[in-house]
Amino acid sequence: MLNYLWGIMILVGVLYGAFHGKMPDITAAALSSAQEAVTLCITMTGIMSLWVGLMEIAEKSGLIEMATRKIQPFIHFMFPRIPENHPARKYITMNVIANVFGLGWAATPAGLKAMEALENLEEQRRTPGYSGSRPPEPGKKAGKSLGKGKIQGPDRKASNEMCNFLILNISSLQLIPVNMIAYRQQYGSVNPAVIVGPAIVATAVSTAAGILYCKIMDRKRGN
Amino acid sequence: MEKAFDFLLYLSDAIVPVLIFFIVACGLAAKIQVYDEFVKGAEDGFRTVIKIMPTLIGLMVAVGVLRASGFLDFLSGLLCSFTDRVHFPSELVPLTVVRLFSSSAATGLALDIFKQYGTDSSIGLLASLMMSCTETVFYTMSVYFMTAKVRRTRYTLGGALFATGAGILASIMLAGMMRAGM
Repeated sequence: MLNYLWGIMILVGVLYGAFHGKMPDITAAALSSAQEAVTLCITMTGIMSLWVGLMEIAEKSGLIEMATRKIQPFIHFMFPRIPENHPARKYITMNVIANVFGLGWAATPAGLKAMEALENLEEQRRTPGYSGSRPPEPGKKAGKSLGKGKIQGPDRKASNEMCNFLILNISSLQLIPVNMIAYRQQYGSVNPAVIVGPAIVATAVSTAAGILYCKIMDRKRGN
Repeated sequence: MEKAFDFLLYLSDAIVPVLIFFIVACGLAAKIQVYDEFVKGAEDGFRTVIKIMPTLIGLMVAVGVLRASGFLDFLSGLLCSFTDRVHFPSELVPLTVVRLFSSSAATGLALDIFKQYGTDSSIGLLASLMMSCTETVFYTMSVYFMTAKVRRTRYTLGGALFATGAGILASIMLAGMMRAGM
């Protein structure tokens, strides 16, 4: 799907631009976007390293386990098929907490690590003899040593957990829209924070809709 | 209200340093080799970003090309005939479309709307709410799925758009209620 989406975006962009005399703009946009992506990555490398490094400390000192236990009922409700001790749970927990508090810079690293962990979980599932409840071997990166049953190329499809995790993420979990409040203040609002209450309601609605969709899909398609 | 707001801003300023302090303090209290562990984790994070860098370049070029071509504006124009029927202000259609692709571009558009219509107009309120309860659907999906090397995304896009739509609908109703109460 991404291959088509990407291809269509490029083709449509260039064709539409050609008919509207926007060719020089497109050249500039293509070059500057590529450059922007690298700049963004460099910024992100710093943030990501800082955050994952801190998380390593938090994990070794037992903080993550504590937090994970606290919101476990919710995680279990959303992702019942992730085994108890799988690292994916930990990363999803961190991502959800960071999102709720609006720490976007912390949510993305945890989210990406969660996707990697979910991918490893899928690889384990493809291996014959996978029992479903066995925790990954400690000390070893889960799924790394499993060569058999590995599917590569265009057939790699998202697991239910991946779909649900992304929908949950995209449904927006942020409780207080701090950025928007700051912008509103900057542009002379009489009461910048007036949106807090309604924003919480709107976010709750979109998240509820997302969860509902996931649950219906889970039931319909199984895995 | 003013006080509560100041506190909120202070909180968002303070949360990161407090969090860092808290994590390191807990690590030291638990007798962890904090610096060694930090470096270990940092290396891991570093590797993840390097892995997604090509993805990000490809994606941002596509979005950049699409935006520069003027196609997104054209798409918004098409959608207007539909949104007029459901009483969705046509001024906000470009914002809604761009929001699906790029967070920074959407913020730019939202600020334009604030400048032009005021933050507390019904359009300004609606823009504030919409920005608060939605995410960049295509961007998030591409980056996350590329990290997991997944090509077939199954029902994710449907669910994401459904949640976004529900959020926008709720925003319209809430913004209307807020205007009525002001």
